[in-house]
Amino acid sequence: MKHSYYTYIIFMALVTYLIRVLPLTLLRKPITNRFFRSFLYYVPYVTLAVMTFPAILTSTSSLLYGGAAFIVGIILAWFSGNLFVVEVGCCVVVLLMNTLIH
Amino acid sequence: MGLNGRSISPGDEIYEAKNPFFRGMRDAIPIGLGYFAVSFSLGIAAGNVGYTTFQGFLLSLLNVSSSGEYAGIVLSAEQAGFIELALMICVANARYLLMSFALSQRFSPSSTLFHRLTIGFGLTDELFGLGIASKGWLDPVYMYGAFFGSIPLWALGTAFGVYAGNVLPVILSEALNVAIFGMFLAIIIPPGRKDPVVLGAVIVSFLLSLLASVLPLTASISSGTRTLILTIIIASAVALLFPLKDEPAQEIRTETTEES
Repeated sequence: MKHSYYTYIIFMALVTYLIRVLPLTLLRKPITNRFFRSFLYYVPYVTLAVMTFPAILTSTSSLLYGGAAFIVGIILAWFSGNLFVVEVGCCVVVLLMNTLIH
Repeated sequence: MGLNGRSISPGDEIYEAKNPFFRGMRDAIPIGLGYFAVSFSLGIAAGNVGYTTFQGFLLSLLNVSSSGEYAGIVLSAEQAGFIELALMICVANARYLLMSFALSQRFSPSSTLFHRLTIGFGLTDELFGLGIASKGWLDPVYMYGAFFGSIPLWALGTAFGVYAGNVLPVILSEALNVAIFGMFLAIIIPPGRKDPVVLGAVIVSFLLSLLASVLPLTASISSGTRTLILTIIIASAVALLFPLKDEPAQEIRTETTEES
Protein backbone atom coordinates (compact mmCIF):
# COMPACT_ATOMS: atom_id res chain seq x y z
CA MET A 1 0.00 0.00 0.00
CA LYS A 2 1.25 3.44 -0.88
CA HIS A 3 1.24 5.95 1.99
CA SER A 4 0.39 9.57 1.28
CA TYR A 5 2.89 12.31 2.07
CA TYR A 6 0.38 13.68 4.57
CA THR A 7 0.68 10.49 6.64
CA TYR A 8 4.45 10.81 6.60
CA ILE A 9 4.35 14.51 7.53
CA ILE A 10 2.07 13.93 10.54
CA PHE A 11 4.06 10.91 11.70
CA MET A 12 7.39 12.78 11.44
CA ALA A 13 5.95 15.73 13.30
CA LEU A 14 4.80 13.49 16.17
CA VAL A 15 8.20 11.82 16.55
CA THR A 16 10.02 15.17 16.35
CA TYR A 17 7.67 16.69 18.93
CA LEU A 18 8.19 13.78 21.36
CA ILE A 19 11.98 14.17 21.18
CA ARG A 20 11.66 17.86 21.97
CA VAL A 21 9.06 17.67 24.66
CA LEU A 22 9.97 14.57 26.70
CA PRO A 23 12.99 16.13 28.45
CA LEU A 24 10.88 19.21 29.25
CA THR A 25 8.11 17.16 30.82
CA LEU A 26 8.77 13.58 31.92
CA LEU A 27 12.53 13.00 31.83
CA ARG A 28 13.81 16.12 33.52
CA LYS A 29 17.13 14.64 34.76
CA PRO A 30 20.07 15.59 32.51
CA ILE A 31 21.92 12.86 30.59
CA THR A 32 25.09 11.91 32.44
CA ASN A 33 26.18 8.85 30.46
CA ARG A 34 29.40 9.93 28.78
CA PHE A 35 29.06 7.66 25.76
CA PHE A 36 25.51 8.78 25.08
CA ARG A 37 26.40 12.46 25.45
CA SER A 38 29.33 12.02 23.05
CA PHE A 39 27.13 10.08 20.62
CA LEU A 40 24.56 12.89 20.61
CA TYR A 41 27.31 15.44 20.05
CA TYR A 42 28.71 13.73 16.94
CA VAL A 43 25.43 12.55 15.40
CA PRO A 44 24.48 15.79 13.57
CA TYR A 45 27.85 16.05 11.82
CA VAL A 46 27.87 12.40 10.80
CA THR A 47 24.29 12.25 9.58
CA LEU A 48 24.54 15.48 7.55
CA ALA A 49 27.82 14.31 6.01
CA VAL A 50 26.29 10.95 5.07
CA MET A 51 23.23 12.67 3.58
CA THR A 52 25.38 15.12 1.57
CA PHE A 53 27.80 12.77 -0.13
CA PRO A 54 27.45 11.09 -2.61
CA ALA A 55 23.82 12.33 -2.92
CA ILE A 56 25.04 15.75 -4.16
CA LEU A 57 26.65 14.03 -7.19
CA THR A 58 23.39 12.57 -8.44
CA SER A 59 21.31 15.68 -7.69
CA THR A 60 22.40 17.29 -10.98
CA SER A 61 22.28 16.08 -14.58
CA SER A 62 26.00 15.28 -14.57
CA LEU A 63 28.20 13.87 -11.78
CA LEU A 64 30.69 16.54 -12.78
CA TYR A 65 28.39 19.45 -11.81
CA GLY A 66 27.51 17.93 -8.46
CA GLY A 67 31.14 17.11 -7.80
CA ALA A 68 32.21 20.69 -8.56
CA ALA A 69 29.48 22.04 -6.25
CA PHE A 70 30.69 19.68 -3.51
CA ILE A 71 34.30 20.87 -3.74
CA VAL A 72 33.40 24.56 -4.00
CA GLY A 73 30.95 24.14 -1.10
CA ILE A 74 33.66 22.67 1.13
CA ILE A 75 36.12 25.43 0.24
CA LEU A 76 33.56 28.20 0.84
CA ALA A 77 32.41 26.62 4.11
CA TRP A 78 35.98 26.29 5.30
CA PHE A 79 36.98 29.87 4.53
CA SER A 80 33.76 31.82 4.91
CA GLY A 81 31.50 29.70 7.08
CA ASN A 82 28.52 31.80 6.09
CA LEU A 83 25.57 29.61 5.26
CA PHE A 84 24.11 31.85 2.61
CA VAL A 85 27.44 32.28 0.81
CA VAL A 86 27.95 28.51 0.68
CA GLU A 87 24.41 27.80 -0.54
CA VAL A 88 24.52 30.41 -3.30
CA GLY A 89 28.09 29.48 -4.25
CA CYS A 90 27.13 25.84 -4.83
CA CYS A 91 24.14 26.83 -6.97
CA VAL A 92 26.17 29.30 -9.06
CA VAL A 93 28.80 26.64 -9.83
CA VAL A 94 26.15 24.27 -11.21
CA LEU A 95 24.50 27.07 -13.17
CA LEU A 96 27.79 28.22 -14.69
CA MET A 97 28.93 24.72 -15.64
CA ASN A 98 25.55 23.95 -17.14
CA THR A 99 25.67 27.15 -19.22
CA LEU A 100 29.31 26.91 -20.29
CA ILE A 101 29.52 23.21 -21.09
CA HIS A 102 26.29 23.01 -23.07
CA MET B 1 11.73 55.99 16.71
CA GLY B 2 10.66 56.19 20.36
CA LEU B 3 7.87 58.14 21.96
CA ASN B 4 9.88 61.35 22.26
CA GLY B 5 11.21 61.23 18.74
CA ARG B 6 14.44 59.50 19.73
CA SER B 7 15.37 55.98 18.72
CA ILE B 8 14.91 53.16 21.17
CA SER B 9 17.97 51.19 22.11
CA PRO B 10 18.67 48.36 24.56
CA GLY B 11 18.85 49.60 28.14
CA ASP B 12 16.17 52.24 27.60
CA GLU B 13 13.24 52.03 29.94
CA ILE B 14 10.77 52.00 27.07
CA TYR B 15 12.66 49.22 25.38
CA GLU B 16 12.75 47.04 28.49
CA ALA B 17 9.12 47.70 29.33
CA LYS B 18 7.94 46.43 25.98
CA ASN B 19 5.62 43.49 25.92
CA PRO B 20 7.66 40.25 26.08
CA PHE B 21 5.73 38.85 23.12
CA PHE B 22 6.88 41.71 20.87
CA ARG B 23 10.39 41.55 22.29
CA GLY B 24 10.54 37.86 21.38
CA MET B 25 9.18 38.55 17.94
CA ARG B 26 11.68 41.33 17.29
CA ASP B 27 14.62 39.17 18.47
CA ALA B 28 13.48 36.30 16.24
CA ILE B 29 12.82 38.13 12.97
CA PRO B 30 16.49 38.07 11.87
CA ILE B 31 16.43 34.33 12.58
CA GLY B 32 13.22 34.01 10.59
CA LEU B 33 14.76 35.73 7.56
CA GLY B 34 17.67 33.29 7.66
CA TYR B 35 15.16 30.46 8.01
CA PHE B 36 13.41 31.53 4.86
CA ALA B 37 16.55 30.98 2.77
CA VAL B 38 17.33 27.66 4.40
CA SER B 39 13.86 26.19 4.22
CA PHE B 40 13.56 27.35 0.60
CA SER B 41 16.19 24.73 -0.29
CA LEU B 42 14.22 22.11 1.66
CA GLY B 43 11.26 23.04 -0.51
CA ILE B 44 13.31 22.43 -3.65
CA ALA B 45 14.18 18.95 -2.35
CA ALA B 46 10.57 18.24 -1.36
CA GLY B 47 9.24 19.45 -4.72
CA ASN B 48 11.66 17.14 -6.54
CA VAL B 49 10.01 14.08 -4.98
CA GLY B 50 6.48 15.34 -5.61
CA TYR B 51 5.46 17.30 -2.50
CA THR B 52 2.85 19.95 -3.27
CA THR B 53 3.30 23.55 -2.15
CA PHE B 54 0.84 23.00 0.70
CA GLN B 55 2.51 19.75 1.78
CA GLY B 56 5.84 21.59 1.87
CA PHE B 57 4.27 24.32 4.00
CA LEU B 58 2.75 21.78 6.39
CA LEU B 59 5.97 19.75 6.59
CA SER B 60 7.95 22.77 7.76
CA LEU B 61 5.23 24.25 9.95
CA LEU B 62 4.84 21.01 11.92
CA ASN B 63 8.43 19.78 12.02
CA VAL B 64 10.61 22.93 12.20
CA SER B 65 13.87 21.03 11.76
CA SER B 66 16.17 21.10 8.73
CA SER B 67 18.01 17.77 8.92
CA GLY B 68 14.98 15.91 10.28
CA GLU B 69 12.78 17.23 7.49
CA TYR B 70 15.31 16.40 4.81
CA ALA B 71 15.71 12.85 6.12
CA GLY B 72 11.91 12.58 6.18
CA ILE B 73 11.65 13.81 2.58
CA VAL B 74 14.14 11.17 1.41
CA LEU B 75 12.46 8.36 3.35
CA SER B 76 8.91 9.28 2.40
CA ALA B 77 9.93 9.41 -1.26
CA GLU B 78 11.14 5.83 -0.85
CA GLN B 79 7.87 4.82 0.88
CA ALA B 80 9.94 3.71 3.88
CA GLY B 81 8.40 1.86 6.82
CA PHE B 82 7.30 3.85 9.85
CA ILE B 83 9.65 2.18 12.34
CA GLU B 84 12.56 3.03 10.08
CA LEU B 85 11.27 6.59 9.69
CA ALA B 86 10.87 7.00 13.46
CA LEU B 87 14.44 5.79 14.04
CA MET B 88 15.81 8.10 11.37
CA ILE B 89 13.95 11.11 12.77
CA CYS B 90 15.25 10.27 16.26
CA VAL B 91 18.81 10.13 14.98
CA ALA B 92 18.56 13.28 12.85
CA ASN B 93 16.97 15.22 15.72
CA ALA B 94 18.82 13.63 18.63
CA ARG B 95 20.48 16.92 19.55
CA TYR B 96 17.12 18.39 20.51
CA LEU B 97 17.10 16.00 23.48
CA LEU B 98 20.13 17.81 24.89
CA MET B 99 18.67 21.25 24.21
CA SER B 100 15.40 20.29 25.78
CA PHE B 101 17.18 19.04 28.92
CA ALA B 102 19.17 22.26 29.10
CA LEU B 103 16.15 24.50 28.62
CA SER B 104 14.20 22.49 31.18
CA GLN B 105 16.55 23.87 33.85
CA ARG B 106 15.51 27.41 32.90
CA PHE B 107 11.81 26.95 33.56
CA SER B 108 10.62 28.52 36.79
CA PRO B 109 9.51 25.83 39.29
CA SER B 110 6.04 27.34 39.16
CA SER B 111 5.75 27.13 35.37
CA THR B 112 2.79 25.19 34.08
CA LEU B 113 2.84 21.95 32.13
CA PHE B 114 1.01 23.77 29.34
CA HIS B 115 3.99 26.09 28.75
CA ARG B 116 6.42 23.15 28.72
CA LEU B 117 4.24 21.33 26.19
CA THR B 118 3.95 24.30 23.85
CA ILE B 119 7.54 25.56 24.07
CA GLY B 120 8.83 22.06 23.24
CA PHE B 121 7.19 22.40 19.84
CA GLY B 122 9.47 25.16 18.57
CA LEU B 123 12.79 24.13 20.04
CA THR B 124 15.17 24.70 17.11
CA ASP B 125 18.88 25.36 17.42
CA GLU B 126 18.41 29.11 17.04
CA LEU B 127 15.29 29.56 19.16
CA PHE B 128 16.86 27.43 21.87
CA GLY B 129 19.77 29.88 21.70
CA LEU B 130 17.42 32.83 22.24
CA GLY B 131 15.77 31.10 25.21
CA ILE B 132 19.09 30.24 26.84
CA ALA B 133 20.43 33.76 26.24
CA SER B 134 17.47 35.47 27.92
CA LYS B 135 17.96 36.55 31.51
CA GLY B 136 16.43 34.84 34.57
CA TRP B 137 13.67 32.27 34.35
CA LEU B 138 12.44 31.61 30.85
CA ASP B 139 9.48 33.83 29.95
CA PRO B 140 7.06 31.64 27.97
CA VAL B 141 5.43 34.69 26.36
CA TYR B 142 8.83 35.84 25.08
CA MET B 143 9.30 32.40 23.50
CA TYR B 144 5.87 32.52 21.88
CA GLY B 145 6.79 35.85 20.33
CA ALA B 146 10.03 34.34 19.05
CA PHE B 147 8.13 31.42 17.53
CA PHE B 148 5.70 33.81 15.90
CA GLY B 149 8.53 35.88 14.40
CA SER B 150 10.35 32.94 12.83
CA ILE B 151 8.39 29.70 12.36
CA PRO B 152 5.88 31.11 9.82
CA LEU B 153 8.84 32.29 7.72
CA TRP B 154 10.33 28.81 7.94
CA ALA B 155 7.08 27.27 6.67
CA LEU B 156 6.64 29.88 3.91
CA GLY B 157 10.23 29.35 2.73
CA THR B 158 9.54 25.67 2.08
CA ALA B 159 6.28 26.44 0.28
CA PHE B 160 8.11 28.96 -1.93
CA GLY B 161 10.87 26.43 -2.58
CA VAL B 162 8.38 23.83 -3.85
CA TYR B 163 6.69 26.46 -6.00
CA ALA B 164 9.97 27.81 -7.41
CA GLY B 165 11.18 24.31 -8.26
CA ASN B 166 8.02 23.81 -10.29
CA VAL B 167 7.95 27.09 -12.21
CA LEU B 168 11.60 28.03 -12.74
CA PRO B 169 13.39 26.99 -15.96
CA VAL B 170 15.12 23.60 -15.66
CA ILE B 171 18.60 25.13 -15.76
CA LEU B 172 17.83 27.21 -12.63
CA SER B 173 15.95 24.55 -10.69
CA GLU B 174 18.76 22.08 -11.35
CA ALA B 175 21.25 24.57 -9.86
CA LEU B 176 18.98 24.99 -6.83
CA ASN B 177 19.06 21.23 -6.22
CA VAL B 178 22.51 21.56 -4.64
CA ALA B 179 21.45 24.36 -2.26
CA ILE B 180 20.42 21.95 0.49
CA PHE B 181 23.81 20.23 0.33
CA GLY B 182 25.56 23.61 0.46
CA MET B 183 23.60 24.33 3.61
CA PHE B 184 24.66 21.02 5.18
CA LEU B 185 28.31 21.71 4.28
CA ALA B 186 28.05 25.14 5.93
CA ILE B 187 26.88 23.42 9.12
CA ILE B 188 29.42 20.60 9.32
CA ILE B 189 32.65 22.05 7.84
CA PRO B 190 33.30 25.17 10.00
CA PRO B 191 33.21 23.23 13.33
CA GLY B 192 35.67 20.80 11.72
CA ARG B 193 38.19 23.62 11.51
CA LYS B 194 38.17 23.95 15.28
CA ASP B 195 37.72 20.31 16.25
CA PRO B 196 39.87 17.74 14.39
CA VAL B 197 37.69 14.89 15.66
CA VAL B 198 34.64 16.45 14.01
CA LEU B 199 36.62 16.95 10.79
CA GLY B 200 37.76 13.32 10.88
CA ALA B 201 34.21 12.13 11.52
CA VAL B 202 32.94 14.15 8.56
CA ILE B 203 35.61 12.82 6.18
CA VAL B 204 35.06 9.21 7.29
CA SER B 205 31.32 9.73 6.83
CA PHE B 206 31.82 10.99 3.26
CA LEU B 207 34.03 8.02 2.39
CA LEU B 208 31.90 5.30 3.98
CA SER B 209 28.74 6.78 2.51
CA LEU B 210 30.30 6.70 -0.96
CA LEU B 211 31.51 3.14 -0.40
CA ALA B 212 28.10 1.98 0.85
CA SER B 213 26.42 3.44 -2.23
CA VAL B 214 28.60 1.50 -4.68
CA LEU B 215 29.28 -1.85 -2.92
CA PRO B 216 26.77 -4.39 -4.28
CA LEU B 217 25.82 -5.64 -0.80
CA THR B 218 24.81 -2.22 0.57
CA ALA B 219 23.89 -0.40 -2.65
CA SER B 220 20.64 -2.36 -2.87
CA ILE B 221 19.46 -0.97 0.51
CA SER B 222 17.42 2.25 0.25
CA SER B 223 19.45 5.41 0.81
CA GLY B 224 17.38 6.29 3.89
CA THR B 225 18.26 3.01 5.60
CA ARG B 226 21.90 3.38 4.62
CA THR B 227 21.98 6.85 6.20
CA LEU B 228 20.46 5.50 9.41
CA ILE B 229 22.82 2.52 9.73
CA LEU B 230 25.93 4.52 8.80
CA THR B 231 25.08 7.32 11.23
CA ILE B 232 24.62 4.95 14.16
CA ILE B 233 27.81 3.00 13.37
CA ILE B 234 30.07 6.00 12.71
CA ALA B 235 28.78 8.21 15.54
CA SER B 236 29.06 5.30 18.01
CA ALA B 237 32.61 4.54 16.91
CA VAL B 238 33.68 8.18 17.21
CA ALA B 239 31.96 8.49 20.61
CA LEU B 240 33.79 5.38 21.86
CA LEU B 241 37.18 6.43 20.49
CA PHE B 242 36.93 10.14 21.35
CA PRO B 243 34.45 10.60 24.20
CA LEU B 244 33.77 14.19 25.26
CA LYS B 245 35.46 15.44 28.39
CA ASP B 246 33.20 15.81 31.40
CA GLU B 247 32.54 19.47 30.79
CA PRO B 248 28.87 20.40 30.81
CA ALA B 249 29.62 23.28 28.42
CA GLN B 250 30.23 20.75 25.65
CA GLU B 251 26.75 19.37 26.05
CA ILE B 252 25.18 22.28 24.30
CA ARG B 253 25.96 23.13 20.78
CA THR B 254 24.04 25.08 18.22
CA GLU B 255 24.28 24.90 14.50
CA THR B 256 25.64 27.75 12.49
CA THR B 257 22.41 28.67 10.75
CA GLU B 258 22.13 31.87 12.77
CA GLU B 259 25.01 33.29 10.76
CA SER B 260 22.93 33.33 7.64
